[in-house]
Amino acid sequence: MSDILNLSALGLRDAIAAGEVSAAEATRDYLDAIEAMDKKVCAYNEIFAERAMGRAEEIDKKRSAGKTLGALAGVPVAVKDNICTSFGRTSCSSKILENFHAPYDATVAGKLESAGAIILGKTNMDEFAMGSSTENSAFNATRNPWDTSHVPGGSSGGSAAAVAARMCAAAVGSDTGGSIRQPAAFCGVVGLKPTYGRVSRYGLVAFGSSLDQIGPLARDVADSALLLGAIAGHDTHDSTSIDRPVPEYLASLDKPVEKLRVGLVKEFHSESLDDEIRAAVDKAVKIYRDAGAEIIEVSLPHSRVDTDEGGQLSSYAVACYYLVATAEASSNLARYDGVHYGHRTADKVGDIIELYSRSRAEGFGDEVKRRIMLGTYALSSGYYDAYYLKALKVRRLIKNDFDKAFENCDVLLCPVAPETAFKIGEKTADPLTMYLSDIYTISVNLAGIPGVSIPAGLSESGLPLAVQLLGNVFAEETLLRAARMYEMASGITRLTPEIVKEN
Amino acid sequence: MTEKKIDRKLIRHIALLARIEMTDEQAETLGRQFAGIVAYMDKLGELDTDGVEPMAHALDVRNVLAEDTPGRSLPVEQAMANAPARDGGFYKVPKVIGDSQ
Repeated sequence: MSDILNLSALGLRDAIAAGEVSAAEATRDYLDAIEAMDKKVCAYNEIFAERAMGRAEEIDKKRSAGKTLGALAGVPVAVKDNICTSFGRTSCSSKILENFHAPYDATVAGKLESAGAIILGKTNMDEFAMGSSTENSAFNATRNPWDTSHVPGGSSGGSAAAVAARMCAAAVGSDTGGSIRQPAAFCGVVGLKPTYGRVSRYGLVAFGSSLDQIGPLARDVADSALLLGAIAGHDTHDSTSIDRPVPEYLASLDKPVEKLRVGLVKEFHSESLDDEIRAAVDKAVKIYRDAGAEIIEVSLPHSRVDTDEGGQLSSYAVACYYLVATAEASSNLARYDGVHYGHRTADKVGDIIELYSRSRAEGFGDEVKRRIMLGTYALSSGYYDAYYLKALKVRRLIKNDFDKAFENCDVLLCPVAPETAFKIGEKTADPLTMYLSDIYTISVNLAGIPGVSIPAGLSESGLPLAVQLLGNVFAEETLLRAARMYEMASGITRLTPEIVKEN
Repeated sequence: MTEKKIDRKLIRHIALLARIEMTDEQAETLGRQFAGIVAYMDKLGELDTDGVEPMAHALDVRNVLAEDTPGRSLPVEQAMANAPARDGGFYKVPKVIGDSQ
């Protein structure tokens, strides 16, 4: 592995600014790494080698001309394939958008490039971000770089795997119910879901519009802060983005939070939790206690995780989420009609309803169909009050629990997922089991608060462990500083899978 | 919660609303999976939500209005570049009003 690949995004940015490394060299090294490794990992849907090299050379020219460089100048990054780019395809890993070329850049893609980042390619995902393993991609199943017989998590599995396998310096993904944090946990990288409205969703292909949020996946906490600073901010193109100043996340990062109050979520520390993950959370408690933080037990009764008689995990939050998210998805995905863009059936059809129905039947995968159907059901006449409206009320109860917890705490500590990365194929037969992978992450999206998944070492079988920290709305600065405290004290950072060392 | 039966007829009805064509076999499988998922959703019925304000948005934000000033729009060529079938500046579709309607 080249030394360049070993640098963090921040380290690389500084090395390029200092003239120690050129952006072209860095980009070339990453493209070579992709060439060598992605056959095994399948993280990318598309690579923009030529374009990336061209952009890198421009950065180098800018630097030698003494011009001011952006915060990410020369840093090669990967972008999830549901974020529109005016170059290449934006497929959402779906057959229905297989040949879709977005006519514009998402705000996040534009911001990355204006900060000088080099977009290497678009990463694989569960189709339309619906899934927790990246197995729902219509094209490829991405492999976990720590063990290629395991899933990378999802839906931002391609972004997480690319960061872990050193096939980009950092990446962006989207998180509707855990889709940044859970794959980050499975792949041993840092994954941050910002507050709803912190990052513009303009050009992010919509799934659950009241839940979706774009965020960074990175090798360490500082890189997450660097990327968040580059992509956050108000955007008039997204009416739900919030007009609030973006703090200098990096500037304060190494300053420990004084008198930090860490809430330990009682309901998430249950019997059903995997032993090694529980031990990781316990260890984090100790680390914070040793750092002088106060540990407060908090209760989120409506996000509670129970185990029923059959041994299955159950939670109000999961039920609530899968009604709200599918209802929003059924409405958002109505736009794929075989008329304006995307797949259209080649069959001769009688009328327009048949055109819609057959194009959609051919273009969508099973999980997407299932969710559209579920959402349509929840919104349909006779069921609306019992399901959709009921879910919105429960969502309020979930949010109230968080509000109460944050009256006494700065951050909350809990697991990310109930287990480490599972085997490919292990959960594909039962959709409900797959939904339960999000049991500790989804209430965060329902409440709109930020959450970060931080690596916590390796399990006995060599798979990454992680813990999750949650913050109050727009408290990313505190959240990142608290995450950094853990990272410094634990010494767990920039984990490198064997597959990279072999390369 | 409400009395309901997830039968093939209901699945067919939802599939029509969702504009997704489905074989009998697919409807059958989906019906089975639906029953399990919906039973899980019914868990929400245990919670007392009387008087709880439904929450449609995560943040307490008001409606956002923009100044009514003309901006740059996507040129027609670019906007229609992904169209599967077109006729000049129009999207081409099969007849919308059929004989049976």
